[in-house]
Amino acid sequence: MEEASPPLRCFRESHSSELFSDDGVQTVTSKEQRKVERSIQEVYSVYQQIHTSPQPALLREQHYHYLKKGLRHLSDAYECLDASRPWLCYWILHSLELLEEPVPAAVASDVCQFLARCQSPTGGFGGGPGQHAHLAPTYAAVNALCILGTEEAYKVINREKLLDFLYSVKQPDGSFVMHVGGEVDVRSAYCAASVASLTNIITPTLFDGTHNWILSCQNWEGGLGGVPGLEAHGGYTFCGTAALVILGKEHMLDLKALLRWVTSKQMRFEGGFQGRCNKLVDGCYSFWQAGLLPLLHRALFKEGDSTLSESSWMFEREALQEYILLCCQNPGGGLLDKPGKSRDFYHTCYCLSGLSVAQHFGNKDLHNELILGRDENRLAPTHPVYNICPEKVAQAIEHFHQLPVPVQTGPTPSAMDQS
Amino acid sequence: MPYQFYKLLFNVLVFYFRDRKEWADLEPVPQDDGPNPVVKIAYSEKFTDVFDMFRALLQNDEKSERAFALTTEAIDLNAANYTVWHYRRVLLQALDKDLREEMKYITAIIEDQPKNYQVWHHRRMVVEWLNDPSEELQFVAEILSQDAKNYHAWQHRQWVMQEYKLWDGELEYVEELLEEDVRNNSAWNQRHFVINHTSGYSDSSILDREVQYTLKQIKKAPHNESAWNYLNGILQDGGLSSFPGLLEQVTELQDTCSSPYLTAFLVDLYEDALETNSSSYDQQEMFNKALELCKFLAEEKDTIRREYWNYVSRSLQNTYGSGDPVSASSDPPPPPSSSQLPDMEPSDP
Repeated sequence: MEEASPPLRCFRESHSSELFSDDGVQTVTSKEQRKVERSIQEVYSVYQQIHTSPQPALLREQHYHYLKKGLRHLSDAYECLDASRPWLCYWILHSLELLEEPVPAAVASDVCQFLARCQSPTGGFGGGPGQHAHLAPTYAAVNALCILGTEEAYKVINREKLLDFLYSVKQPDGSFVMHVGGEVDVRSAYCAASVASLTNIITPTLFDGTHNWILSCQNWEGGLGGVPGLEAHGGYTFCGTAALVILGKEHMLDLKALLRWVTSKQMRFEGGFQGRCNKLVDGCYSFWQAGLLPLLHRALFKEGDSTLSESSWMFEREALQEYILLCCQNPGGGLLDKPGKSRDFYHTCYCLSGLSVAQHFGNKDLHNELILGRDENRLAPTHPVYNICPEKVAQAIEHFHQLPVPVQTGPTPSAMDQS
Repeated sequence: MPYQFYKLLFNVLVFYFRDRKEWADLEPVPQDDGPNPVVKIAYSEKFTDVFDMFRALLQNDEKSERAFALTTEAIDLNAANYTVWHYRRVLLQALDKDLREEMKYITAIIEDQPKNYQVWHHRRMVVEWLNDPSEELQFVAEILSQDAKNYHAWQHRQWVMQEYKLWDGELEYVEELLEEDVRNNSAWNQRHFVINHTSGYSDSSILDREVQYTLKQIKKAPHNESAWNYLNGILQDGGLSSFPGLLEQVTELQDTCSSPYLTAFLVDLYEDALETNSSSYDQQEMFNKALELCKFLAEEKDTIRREYWNYVSRSLQNTYGSGDPVSASSDPPPPPSSSQLPDMEPSDP
């Protein structure tokens, strides 16, 4: 019987040959992997039974209502994210912008006022009003404000104090601690580079040594670990690579080794990405891992590579879209890690961001769209460095570049008090 | 729902700080969320009570036993609140608290919440203050016995080893873990970490040992990507095609141990032979075989990576091919212009 629409990759006869081979040697790793594959097979078979002609649908309405509600109210299950409320703002606002759902002006203003209360008097943003500044909520707050993109939003950021904060967490070896008295890892370099570049506060010395420190995080696997010596990991690899792109030093990575590592993180059966070798697929890596391909494409292009594809990023775009649409959506709204897991705003943000990366190749001049399922599944494109929409990046940069780079007024970088 | 009922019951039994006489002098400070809050969390009574009191202490910069006790409560409610952890550390020093007791405390907290950043950082601070790493390797091994890939645990372990130069016995520990699960990529990484920081890989007897060890693991489980990646990783510097007898050993495996990883490894080896223009190999044969395998991977054995293998193929043809310049489309490639680049740099026009 002929199918009207082309069969989905996961429904092809040959797809079961992609199941994990354990070579008759069972270990915790192989058992966990097979469990996940079975649950995915279950999802596929249920889907095939319900839909004769599979046209995966993005549950826009449901996601919109989940996001709209969350922007105002969250249950006490979110007490564990009480030190990450700017993140909640960013995850939700970015998801809404990908869905091309407008944020009412009153809500936007309320977000601005809330984030202003999260800003520390000594610069940077904390996880909530009165909390100490930390690079992660700082990154999230600045991104959220740039998504809003109003004068009010831009004005929330105290650029002079932000620069002081960045200097206060800068380490002599080029790395950054996440907060005063806090831990070092490559996320901090990305958060610092992101906010500093968007708000135009990069001074000649701010990122001294940073690129070398990030480069030392690339390991024998080709990806990057959180600190030098650690296992290559998708989240940290994204942070390190994107930071280097901002600093203009991405060519100093072993790009071939990195490309080999990240492409091998796409799961042959599930279609989604794992965060580390021999670990499980997770919807959030749809962005952290797949999002590396646009960065690498550009980096290789800048190196003079003439053999790059002119139509696609170097990963299986359809397979990733299938994974997200079939396996990562909660019917009541929101997206998730894998079947069986609960929805949350973090996974909603990064599954949608990954879906956008998979759908859109190129930039405003050279654009190739591959939308799996209905046209209505189309999301807005996202900027692969900042993960907010490209127009918002351009608008923010334009705004802040009209302002002078502040002069550093706080203490000079030193090994900060380690309490 | 049982959970909701339990929480309701538990809250009724709580003696709020705001009602305790030892706290009567301190006015709780409510959170300043503003008139129209966003992302407003429906905190429980207990949560609000504890954090209102915490804000009061912070505001007054109070350094007391009761403040210390309150941080314990606050951490219990949200172990990710780094502001509370920071304050606890200030108090540990200001009140000259027993750090051995603190070690016991942090041990219990990590056992309960091993995937939290703050708890591991706190432990690191206490270990540094005590200048005593003597419990660390055993503790981390305990955590790893429950989750052999816990990233924070491995990070802590590497920090302890480097800071206090505790390298002895680690290779043995890694081998134990690989015995249990040869697919534990964290253990493979640790293997690389230990050797890198001790003997290094430049000694040929070490490299030989590692190659043989890895091939042995590959034979046991040819579809174990970690082992193949390790083999590739340790031979990068010297060059895959320069290691004597490796090509033979790997092609021998093809009958019994074929996997996409073996095929990919051969591509890497052939590519290395081409790159180094090695006289040990017939360059044309290397080129042809590499392209053949890329096609095989792209079209049959590793189709999820089709785009990647086609790119490798085009790159090889472009660099080593004798024919016309290759591009991804049938038309000759246009000269690169900046408009073709995804807009990324802030400084791009």
